[in-house]
Amino acid sequence: MNNLLVLPLIIPIITAVILVFLREQVILQRIISIVTMVFISIISFLLLNTVQTEGILRLDFSGWLPPFGILFVGDSFSIILVLTASIITSICLLYAFSTIGDRHEKMFFYPFVLFLIAGVNGSFLTGDIFNLFVCFEVMLLASYVLVALGGRKKQLRESLKYVLINVVASWMFLIALAFLYGTVKTLNMAHIAVRVAEAGQDPLLTTVAILFLVVFSLKAGLLLFFWLPGSYSVPPTVVQALFAALLTKVGIYALIRTFTLMFPLNQDVTHTIIGVMAGITLIAGCMGALAGRDIYTIATYNVIIGVGFILIGLAVGTEASLTGAIYYLIHDMLAKALLFLLVGMVFFVSGESIVKKMNGLIQNYPLFGWIYFLVMLALAGIPPLSGFMGKVLIGQGAIETGSYVLLALSFASSIIVLYSLLRIFLASFFGESTISFEDRKPIPKGAYLAFVLLAISIVYVGVGAESIAIYVKDAARTLMNPSIYIDAILKG
Amino acid sequence: MKINDVILRTVVKGVVFIILTLGVYLFFSGHNAPGGGFIGGLVLGSGIVLLYITYDLETVHRKMPFDFKKVAGLGVLLATGSAIGAIFFDAPFLSQTDAYFTFPVIGEKHLTTVTIFEAGVALTVIGTLVTIILSISEDE
Repeated sequence: MNNLLVLPLIIPIITAVILVFLREQVILQRIISIVTMVFISIISFLLLNTVQTEGILRLDFSGWLPPFGILFVGDSFSIILVLTASIITSICLLYAFSTIGDRHEKMFFYPFVLFLIAGVNGSFLTGDIFNLFVCFEVMLLASYVLVALGGRKKQLRESLKYVLINVVASWMFLIALAFLYGTVKTLNMAHIAVRVAEAGQDPLLTTVAILFLVVFSLKAGLLLFFWLPGSYSVPPTVVQALFAALLTKVGIYALIRTFTLMFPLNQDVTHTIIGVMAGITLIAGCMGALAGRDIYTIATYNVIIGVGFILIGLAVGTEASLTGAIYYLIHDMLAKALLFLLVGMVFFVSGESIVKKMNGLIQNYPLFGWIYFLVMLALAGIPPLSGFMGKVLIGQGAIETGSYVLLALSFASSIIVLYSLLRIFLASFFGESTISFEDRKPIPKGAYLAFVLLAISIVYVGVGAESIAIYVKDAARTLMNPSIYIDAILKG
Repeated sequence: MKINDVILRTVVKGVVFIILTLGVYLFFSGHNAPGGGFIGGLVLGSGIVLLYITYDLETVHRKMPFDFKKVAGLGVLLATGSAIGAIFFDAPFLSQTDAYFTFPVIGEKHLTTVTIFEAGVALTVIGTLVTIILSISEDE
């Protein structure tokens, strides 16, 4: 029993509700929300260290023992993601303070960001698959509001598509849950894993597993990403950054958890399908990024490439590749948040989103330009930065199992990522500026602070890869040996 | 256009008390028998909506000057508050407790902290339900 485990879910919810009562006091709302997120980051860091000394943590709600009650489980994998998500949200809030505008702030922007992070943290921490559905819904409901908040025509059009596709996905999630419950008679993830192993994952269970694959792929943007570019490019910048950093990653987390813990036995079928889907996602994402004419399209297709890349780590399924996938997941959350914040700022200062119509941004905003350069290198996987470790380890895993096609695709995609982002850099940042230094539109200080903090995190994850290696390796070890997880839940 | 709804108004005056009483009864019978905060809240909320349908917004607002968004917020606070209360007693999150108390006039009663949680749920349901109905109807 460790009550700290529930705080990343419950504290944001309580603060969000308190903020509803403080609708007009914008400054107070800002202070409370940022303090909450920093507090959650500290709590998750403490939890992460507790997991290293005490093993997997478990909190049975109101004392009902598993498999009968609902529980939260903290292993290194989930808590690393909670920590990263909380840090990113804190930094995005800093960016929001100076850019989001009074209208959003008085229309409950901060409460909904907090509800979003509550849902995200809950999805990472829960040990019960129905609870996972509930936390998904908390997250999605908040995201529906955040997409539509502002009420521009384009936003309403895209939010309608976004809501419809997610309602369909949630409906399929419920059906999959019903099938699963009908076959194994339990909803506790560890208990499902035991029951599935006892039954030997027969074709029926594999079919259920594939149904989950479809559902989580819709959420993660694996192959079924047709809804993503539209709905990720309409909301305000900071919401885009939060979505790109958090929402698809929850889907990826669910996929990794499902296919390492609950359905790991029929890898010939499930992991092959994931591999094929990840490969096609990479190819399609690259085509989108290459064909994109405006910065938003290029950035959203880069999200899709990232999803494909991480799931190659799952498809390969060795300890090295899963370690790589976790490294890359952390990197991708940080780098995509920064990329979207930067892209939004490019639009803010130039009023233009078509790559070829801007130039010379770096002359007026040198620091801004170099931070873009840094995130570009990180996303391409240049050594001292954060993307490198993940790429190397996923590559190593792919070579170990002889998946050379996936290997080739994943590394070719890195070059395309570099090319697509370099194109923005050369066209929009380099060259002669048409606006003089005096006439430039200033970038708010809070935005600079957010950029610098995220850039520092990216450099830290790259250079300090060794210092976070203990956590990542422990996470991958637990994923590779589901019995550690199962024993911690059912025998503790 | 004013419709002649004297029958509706007369019936509602009586019926709304029955509905509200049923709602309160369902609320208190919860946690041991069928009922509870969610169902009780739905019934109470539907009673309030019935009042809104029968009389106009202003009349009902005059008698019940609540902002139902805030009622829902208060409900969530109450429910989550009772859930994290357990943490301070070093019990697992969401733990509830109960005890028997003897009161001067009404005798021995069974009091539970679940009731606080259920009250939170009920307020949330009432607040959300009425807010949804009101915001749909205000569009005209």
